[in-house]
Amino acid sequence: MAEIKIKQVAKQYGNTHALHSIDMTVADEEFLVLLGASGCGKTTLLRIVAGLETATTGEVWIGDKRVDQLAPKDRGIAMVFQNYAVFPHLTVFENIAFGLRMSKVDQAEIDRRVEKTATLMHIEGLLKRYSGQLSGGQRQRVAVARALATEPEVLLMDEPLSNLDALLRMEMRAELKSVLAESKTTTIYVTHDQVEAMSMADRIAIMNGGKIVQASSAVEVYRNPAAHFVASFIGNPPMNFLSAENAGDGWWNVNGVKIKGPNSSSKTLKFAIRPEDIVVHGPSGNGSAANDDSLSAGVRILEPLGSHLLASCKVDDQLFRIVLDSDAKVSPGDTLQWSPQPDRVRWFDPESELAIN
Amino acid sequence: MYPKSLPYLLLLPAAVFLCLFFLYPFGLVAWQAFVNDSGQFTSDFFVEMSSHWKFNTAFTNTLLLALAVVPFQICLALYMATLVNGMKRGRDLILYVWTIPLGISDLAAGIIWLAIFDQTGFLNSAMQGLGFIDQPMSLLGYQSKGTIFLAILVAEVWRATAIVLVILVAGMGLIPKEYYEAAEVFGAGRWKRFTKITLPMLKPSLQTAMILRIIMAFEVFAVVVALGGTNLPVLMGEIYTWQFDLQDANVAAAYAMVILAISIACTLLIMWGLRTPKGARV
Repeated sequence: MAEIKIKQVAKQYGNTHALHSIDMTVADEEFLVLLGASGCGKTTLLRIVAGLETATTGEVWIGDKRVDQLAPKDRGIAMVFQNYAVFPHLTVFENIAFGLRMSKVDQAEIDRRVEKTATLMHIEGLLKRYSGQLSGGQRQRVAVARALATEPEVLLMDEPLSNLDALLRMEMRAELKSVLAESKTTTIYVTHDQVEAMSMADRIAIMNGGKIVQASSAVEVYRNPAAHFVASFIGNPPMNFLSAENAGDGWWNVNGVKIKGPNSSSKTLKFAIRPEDIVVHGPSGNGSAANDDSLSAGVRILEPLGSHLLASCKVDDQLFRIVLDSDAKVSPGDTLQWSPQPDRVRWFDPESELAIN
Repeated sequence: MYPKSLPYLLLLPAAVFLCLFFLYPFGLVAWQAFVNDSGQFTSDFFVEMSSHWKFNTAFTNTLLLALAVVPFQICLALYMATLVNGMKRGRDLILYVWTIPLGISDLAAGIIWLAIFDQTGFLNSAMQGLGFIDQPMSLLGYQSKGTIFLAILVAEVWRATAIVLVILVAGMGLIPKEYYEAAEVFGAGRWKRFTKITLPMLKPSLQTAMILRIIMAFEVFAVVVALGGTNLPVLMGEIYTWQFDLQDANVAAAYAMVILAISIACTLLIMWGLRTPKGARV
């Protein structure tokens, strides 16, 4: 088992910086998810760890071995690819056995391990089939089984679920999580799907523009986003932002209402609150009657989502979303009186875009 | 929407053309090989063909040439295609240069190599100039069948490897990169990636290239004539001799049937040998 250390890894394509000096440690047996929009460098970073790409500068360590100069096969890794890359000319059995055959494991051991991983992935009945005779979900299982069969120290997964339909993805998500927890492999998992990231990860590293913006647990990145980008990326819908002007002594003027905030000398800050951390006053809301400290929001669009009602409003001419109870009596055009849950308010510096505590 | 007959109508001109200029003459040749002047079915022409002293020699020579040239070409083309596909820059330029022989007719190719191997050719003058030999050697005389064979082999490899190369380069380009990456991650080195990924996934292209080449190899003629004259008889040469020198179209047709038969046999053999298992996709 092994710890992965990434030291000042940078990647340049011509004049484009795909990765800016990344430093990260993935603990032994940890499940780390690299999360980010397409083009943020997450796949590049994964491929550098795999050895399929070479970093321009920096070091990669797996266990106590420096691996960035080694071929992929000498790194003790296994990988699951986005398009599965299940070999179409080999049976499921031979696909799973591929890595073992390459390392010249004897036949009895191959049989045993293929049997074991196939059973684990519930594909023991498909061993004689070819990839062309499998569904997308089954191919995905073969790809994972092939990776697990080699009993790697490090498992790298590149958007393994992105080609599955929504229902199957949810099923595989839970299954993968339990399988990987049992295998005790150190895992780096790349995805652009935040729900996938949050539901599976021990720790999420959120990437943007070739940098890791924040690496923390799911709850932490959700509650305490370290940067404006994280706040606007995580959560569905993401955080609301309103501009706040300094009113002195740690008070900030948000749309005409004074709210207690951090002590800062800057003129303006970004006030941020999650749509579900809002108390709505009056008959349509869940809070007490409106008071002087409440803000107003003009309802524009209502989306009844079953579990809740999502209201897209305008506050101070800025888009502002509020999560309401499904039974709330609101219609477009109404004005809601609301105040934030004080302990859930977050502040961001508009210059550095970083959170202020 | 178009009427259902439209696709057939569009295929019709090509079908008529093929029937008129391919199937019909082919039927005529088959008829000539099996039916005598009085309209009776006969095997006389085949007996006449096979009892002639040159038949066995021509048959053996053709087969030996094909067996020597084709496998060598396939291996060479595989190697060249791997090199070309691994190139980052100048790939197209190299491919164009390597395929130049494709644009040269086989007779011209034969003459080019004759100019090299001839008694007054480039090879002799070069060797003489370098002092390896005192006087020019006759490399292509009737006594040196081995050298003639070798010269034909070299000329054929030079002339016809490019077509195999083009097919294989195209086929290799179709293999998704991810398979190589997966193989690499799971421990396959260069050679293993070639044998475990490239070769099996290249089967359809290999099949096409081999069938095309083996058929061409059995029809080898102009290069042999240019380099060996009549010293190294081949089947196609015998067709020419019987048709034009001996004025016996029936025996020539019988020879043509023999070439057709071995071509079909080899095609079937290659298709069987390189078949993909049921259910596997490549």
